[in-house]
Parts: sequence; structure tokens; C-alpha cells
Amino acid sequence: MIYLIFLINTAIIMRDLSLHLLDVVQNSVKAKSTLVTISIEIDENGKMKVTVLDDGCGMSKEMVEQVTNPFFTTRTTREVGLGIPLLMENAKRTCGDMHIESTLGEGTKIVAEFDTKHIDALPLGNMGQTIATLCACYPTQCDFIFTYTKEEQNVHFDTREVKEVLQEVPINSHEVLVWIEQSVQEEMKEQL
Amino acid sequence: MKTLEELKAIREKTLEQVRLRKDHDGKHARIVVGMATCGIAAGARPVMMSFLEELKKRGMENVTVTQTGCVGMCTYEPMADVYLPGEEKVTYVELTPEKVNRIVVEHLANGKPVVEFSIGARQAKKDEE
Repeated sequence: MIYLIFLINTAIIMRDLSLHLLDVVQNSVKAKSTLVTISIEIDENGKMKVTVLDDGCGMSKEMVEQVTNPFFTTRTTREVGLGIPLLMENAKRTCGDMHIESTLGEGTKIVAEFDTKHIDALPLGNMGQTIATLCACYPTQCDFIFTYTKEEQNVHFDTREVKEVLQEVPINSHEVLVWIEQSVQEEMKEQL
Repeated sequence: MKTLEELKAIREKTLEQVRLRKDHDGKHARIVVGMATCGIAAGARPVMMSFLEELKKRGMENVTVTQTGCVGMCTYEPMADVYLPGEEKVTYVELTPEKVNRIVVEHLANGKPVVEFSIGARQAKKDEE
């Protein structure tokens, strides 16, 4: 209990949503996903819906209930797993929520809702850096799709399209990664 | 405006370096950045991007940048291990994008680790306090 109070009082540990996404998408990759889709939708009232969908090994009903517990983790080096609890904390802070659906052998879907007009709302952050970092960390084991929709505007990024152009050049070449960061950020800036 | 044409041009440019990398398999420098929840919260993402930018600037495509999970020393994050072929690894702690520049120039390009950023130096400082 004391630990939970500590969590609530720590000035938001993750400064923005893009950092939360970098964190939780890694869970999907570790679950042996081959494709992870990150979507962000903002409606005309400023309600944001963030979805992370993977095709990894999935979780049992019992494990789904456990993952929001900060003292639950699949790691062996520590006894806390803060990624999911912190994300949920931030969603609830803006009067939103987070829920997880999962099927063993099929995959997991995390849906987090935020009110972007709420005083405690987190900024979106730099999705370009998050996508580039994911490509740097997991160049071959997984593909990523990122979509952002706000009213009529649309950002769409798919690592499979990038790899098709690159052919034998690995996606984690330094120049390619910097291009990915700048490319995604440019498209995002056009939406704001 | 970023376009797929630009990406194609990057591919052409990098193709040669990729072939060179294949020929020297196993003898590259490697940078491993901690990217678990603790690392990300402490600022590891800009540190990784900084390594990529600096290496790109110097055309050092033969240095691989990759990630690791939590190693249990969360207060020292952001951390990165630098492996030079034939050398013992050097663990850098409490990194910032500014420190990355010196590490790339002095350690990766010129083979001299930046001792003051290493875990050894940090722990010695802690003992003094």
C-alpha cells in the first residue's frame, strides 16, 4: 500500500506518452511478437485512445489480472514491474482508464484512454524517437506499425514498407534510424 | 520533407558499408544501452539517439548499437556498455547526450575510454562521499 502511495506521489516518472509506449511495446516484443501495432486516435472532444496490439504469446486470465500490480514481473533481476502500472496510473490521473485483453497463443491488446484536455494530461512526446529506438533495438525480430489519427488527419508508418525499400540494408543502420526519427516527427508536426 | 526517395538514396549509400560489415563479422565495436523502464524513465532514449547521431555523423556504420534490459542498478541509469574488439567492456553510467559525444570521439574513434564517466569512477566517488 505504501508503495502505491509512493507511486502516486512521484512526479510522473515517464514524462510523456511516447516514453510509456517505448516501454510497453518492449513487453510485446519479449512475448515473441512478429508485428506490433501502435495506434493513437484523438476525437473532436480531445479524448485520446491509445492501443498497442501484438501477436505474441498472450497471457492467461490470471496473468492479465497480475500485470497491473507493481510487484509483479516476469523479470528475474528485480521484484517490481512498473511499466504497466505507471501507464495505468497516468491514464487514471486524467480520468481515463486502461484495460488489457489477451488470449494465450494469439496475442495481447492494451487500450489506454486519456483526456488530453485534463490538467494532468501527459504530452504526446516524440514518437519519432520511440519508433526509431524500437527499430534500433529489434531490427529483425519484430515489425512495427504506427498510426495517429486526429479528425481527418492521418500519420501511418510501417517498418515492413521501409524494409522493402532497404532490401539488404538493415533497418538499424544509423542513417536509416535517424531518417525514421525525422520522418515520423515531421509527419506528426504536420498534424498539430 | 522526408520521402521514400531519400530512403532509397540512403540505401545506395549504405550498401557498401553493409558489405564491409559482413566481411568483418564478429570484430565490431558494440554499444549496449539499458532500455528497460528504469532506463527509459532516467533518459536512455535521448542517449541512444545521441549515439546514433554521432556515429552517423562520423560514418561509423561498423559500430552496432543495441539494447539490454534492467541489470538491477537502476540509480545509475542511463547506462551503456561499450565493447571494443579484443578489449574488456567499459560500463558508462548516468549518461546524458552531452557525454555521448566524448565517448564516441575518445573511446570509439580513438580507443581511449572516458574513465570519469565509467562505473568504476562513479563508485569511487560514492565511496568518498
